[in-house]
Amino acid sequence: MAEFETPTQLVVAANKTREAGYVDVDAYSPIPIEELHHAIGFKHTKLPLMVLIGGLLGGIGGFSLEYWVSAIAYPLNVGGKPLVSWPMFIPVTFECTILGAALTTVFGMIMLNGLPMPYHPVFNVPRFAMASRNRFFLCIEATDQQFDLDRTRAFMNTLGAHEVTTVAE
Amino acid sequence: MAQSNQPLADRMEPVAGSGTPIVIAPGHNFASVTDKISSIVLTTRTPIPYYLALLTAAGLAGLLLMSLSYLVVKGIGIWGNNIPVGWAFDITNFVWWIGIGHAGTLISAILLLLKQTWRTSINRFAEAMTLFAVACAGIFPLFHTGRPWLAYWLFPIPNTMAVWPQFRSPLIWDVFAVSTYATVSALFWYVGLVPDVATLRDRAKGKVAQRIFGMMSLGWRGSARHWHRYETAYLLLAGLSTPLVVSVHSVVSFDFSVSVLPGWHTTIFPPYFVAGAIYSGFAMVLTLAIPMRAIYGLEDFITMRHLQNMAKVMLLTGLIVAYGYGVEAFTAWYSANYYEGFMMMNRLTGPYWPQYWALIFCNVIFPQLLWFKKVRMSVPMLFIMSIIVNVGMWLERFVIIVLSLHRDFLPSSWGMFQPTFWDWSTYVGTIGLFLTLFFLFVRLLPVISIFEMRTIVPEAKVQEGHGH
Repeated sequence: MAEFETPTQLVVAANKTREAGYVDVDAYSPIPIEELHHAIGFKHTKLPLMVLIGGLLGGIGGFSLEYWVSAIAYPLNVGGKPLVSWPMFIPVTFECTILGAALTTVFGMIMLNGLPMPYHPVFNVPRFAMASRNRFFLCIEATDQQFDLDRTRAFMNTLGAHEVTTVAE
Repeated sequence: MAQSNQPLADRMEPVAGSGTPIVIAPGHNFASVTDKISSIVLTTRTPIPYYLALLTAAGLAGLLLMSLSYLVVKGIGIWGNNIPVGWAFDITNFVWWIGIGHAGTLISAILLLLKQTWRTSINRFAEAMTLFAVACAGIFPLFHTGRPWLAYWLFPIPNTMAVWPQFRSPLIWDVFAVSTYATVSALFWYVGLVPDVATLRDRAKGKVAQRIFGMMSLGWRGSARHWHRYETAYLLLAGLSTPLVVSVHSVVSFDFSVSVLPGWHTTIFPPYFVAGAIYSGFAMVLTLAIPMRAIYGLEDFITMRHLQNMAKVMLLTGLIVAYGYGVEAFTAWYSANYYEGFMMMNRLTGPYWPQYWALIFCNVIFPQLLWFKKVRMSVPMLFIMSIIVNVGMWLERFVIIVLSLHRDFLPSSWGMFQPTFWDWSTYVGTIGLFLTLFFLFVRLLPVISIFEMRTIVPEAKVQEGHGH
């Protein structure tokens, strides 16, 4: 794991790491950095699609509930309106769509990120506490195919880092 | 740089020669931003004035508890509600609190989508304000039902009576809208907190603090993959919250506009209510921001630029609300509808004319001072303005509700409404609850979004063209 002082250094290093062929790489920063996920090779997240589906399910569920209640389970003649008075069903359908989408967004994001994960090996590095303050880290996982402790360490030393440490399991 | 005694950020320091005040005072970096904001939470010595303030607020919240308990035991008769004025302080307060909540969502969601970086230092506590305001709002529909222990009847759940809610009613739409709004606001707020709580976890000294922050942060470690999904989720939530906030107050306005009462049955209500909500919400944000930045020395982060921008939004929404009042008056005349015309004359000259004219003063006349730069740059004036606007918006809801109810179509049904002690105590009690929650939030969680503030310091910019 290499420590950097600015986001620019981290992005440059991440690009070099990706070009060197390393795939199982992660970067840690106290701020979201737009260029960074491209630099480590993480392109696409399924989250937006999940949210769309969640929203649609919510909307369909809400409308179905209203339909079933108003036309089948407890039909009432309210002001002579038809039983399936769909314009009046729109507010609840809309709210259920938003609710479905929002719940999917939050819980989808949390679960896709694998959280909650109270323990992770990087927390064993004392300097890592700075990752939530003002330091930036790049970590090459040992599960990467090209990983070799000495060669990878030598490579990381060429990245211009402030400090390179080995992360224990 | 320090040529006067004014705090740095209160002066008109130019940004690239543009002459506009700054969003964040110069001289900050990741570390200083982090330390300044987290020090409010992590300090081991809580100042005595904080305890006094919290105690006072908690006392008022206790008054709320007393009022609600007495209400449940004795019934709605302890309030001034009667026939014809079936809704009075209860629904006035409900709409007032929900309206206040809307500014938080607007600042978090809509200003994010519009890429307005000045939202950064105010969005966290504005969202907290929303959450607590919605909590206070929700008390009223729940308890004004008379038999609140039957509140579950409002929800579409299978029951032994084989009865279901009636979905063509705005009152049910309210149930869904406000519940969704509360849920989504809470989620949005919590998601925003996760990286900041991770910062607090890493910096906390005490074991208890570390454990609690650790659990709340879900093990967040700032991984780039996580940040990417996080930012995607944040934008999606903002995109969802924007139509949500507009729809919620529109649905609240439907409580009135779907009825047939003069003064209620008007199509201008949805946009009028939403504009009014933003108006009172920004006023409340100013009411909270001005003391907070002074007490905790946050002028570098909540600068004159923020206060000015909020003042401008207040002026804009105030003008929209004033237009709404004008349209109501015009329609009352132009429609040639006898009852509509009477409703308007009753507002201007009837028994509640002091409330109506106070409303016009507070919402329309006094805020015109905001056209003047001197007023917008004066912090005390902005504070007074924010209080007056909030009072005016409360009066607006009172006027809409009570005046249309107390004299409608048939003179034999007319009546008067007098608030009782318990009406006031419940209202003041909810203010106490709001302040209690807010003070706890200020002490226990970061009032400004730390990670977002980090993104606007100069060193956060990634320099282009470095050997890609």
